[in-house]
Amino acid sequence: MYHWDFYTVLQSFDLFLMGIWTTFLYTIGSISIGVVVGLAACFARLSHRAPVRLLARSYQELFRCTPLLVQILWAYYALPMILGISISNTAAGLLMLSLYVGSFYAEIFRGGILAIDKGQSEAAHAVGMSGVQAMRHIILPQAVKKMLPAFINQSVVQVKNTSLLYAISIAELTYMTSVVNSETYRPLEAYSLAAVLYFVMLFPLTQVADYFERRMRRSD
Amino acid sequence: MTHSDETVIRLRGLRKKFGTLEVLKGIDLDLHRGEVLSVIGPSGSGKSTLIRCLNLMEEPTDGSFTFQGREVSPKFRAKAPAIGAGELRRRVGMVFQHFNLFPHLSVIDNITKGPRTVLGEDRAPAEAHAMELLEEVGLADKARAYPAHLSGGQKQRVAIARALALRPEVMLFDEPTSALDPELVGEVLAVVRRLAEGGMTMVLVTHEMGFAADVASRVLFMENGMIAEQGSPHDILRAPKSERLKGFLARFHA
Repeated sequence: MYHWDFYTVLQSFDLFLMGIWTTFLYTIGSISIGVVVGLAACFARLSHRAPVRLLARSYQELFRCTPLLVQILWAYYALPMILGISISNTAAGLLMLSLYVGSFYAEIFRGGILAIDKGQSEAAHAVGMSGVQAMRHIILPQAVKKMLPAFINQSVVQVKNTSLLYAISIAELTYMTSVVNSETYRPLEAYSLAAVLYFVMLFPLTQVADYFERRMRRSD
Repeated sequence: MTHSDETVIRLRGLRKKFGTLEVLKGIDLDLHRGEVLSVIGPSGSGKSTLIRCLNLMEEPTDGSFTFQGREVSPKFRAKAPAIGAGELRRRVGMVFQHFNLFPHLSVIDNITKGPRTVLGEDRAPAEAHAMELLEEVGLADKARAYPAHLSGGQKQRVAIARALALRPEVMLFDEPTSALDPELVGEVLAVVRRLAEGGMTMVLVTHEMGFAADVASRVLFMENGMIAEQGSPHDILRAPKSERLKGFLARFHA
């Protein structure tokens, strides 16, 4: 019978905390950039111009249909070779995480906007609003409510996806867990603790998503 | 009903195609200030498309369209002397069959949203005006309610107030009572009637023949994308000339 020894692992709890902090930074950073990229791609896909739509669609499919791990490794090892510049692991990791989540956000935003009845934009235009005004004052406020549950779910996935930064030696939670493991030779305890920490971070978020989903169904 | 000779809207040979389907096949129309024009006709005759062209909800594919003598341009911000979609829509209000109230805004915000974003009005005067309009449509007590808590008839009356908030010169009603339960039709028609009596220039697409006869200064019968017959309410509804109009009216009286 295996003898669990969390004590040794817990001695390095500060390393876990450092990992959590880095995970948090990459999550916030990539979600922020991802929202901007996602909005741009979303509106590009709703554009009247076919080339703009095609461009946005190509970006989306490229990132949705390849594994994030491959994207991160590619950006870190292959991209610098192609461009002839050096890219830090921070830049490569943040870039790919952002573009990856942005491609999913774009679809969530687009779905939310398209779910709003056409009569809403017609009514907005009928009182003289421009397309931008109608989007900002009438469509988006309603669409955001519809998007929120899917947006939070995707963001939960995003927190977990930061663990792939481990592959390019970014000291987020999973990477720090491997550091603890190599110092203590206690992989079962180290990774069990990491799992608990991820859970503690994400469980409240999924509850928030559920709350918005319930509220949304009520108001429909 | 009286109206002036001033032509507000003039259409000449107006056509609208959706792909290969031609829905409007050359409409000539002069709408005078103070005139109440009822548009009747079978579904698919193009009456909805016609009224939706009048505020560029649909963009005509051919023909000429002038508003108070100025050419109407499909561009949102056309340079004078042409009139763009933005300005046209501020001066031509529209009420929809399905109300299309903004569900995330209270009644009063539904009404003030247009004037505040489009005309840049301040909150206080916009709300004061909105309250006057709510008094007119009999819903002052619902100012803070949300659309979800209103009956269909109340929603449509708010929608009318919303359109009036921009002080339009022309009002378009696209089957304003078709989505209502029969017992709620009267309260909406009463508001429309008061507007007509107040001298508002209006175009009304409707299936309420009695009402059309009652408030309209002119009735226009559309069929197959064209104006098939037009005249005074009495001529059109009581003494129809064409067999088609007779047949159409007979179906309504049946």
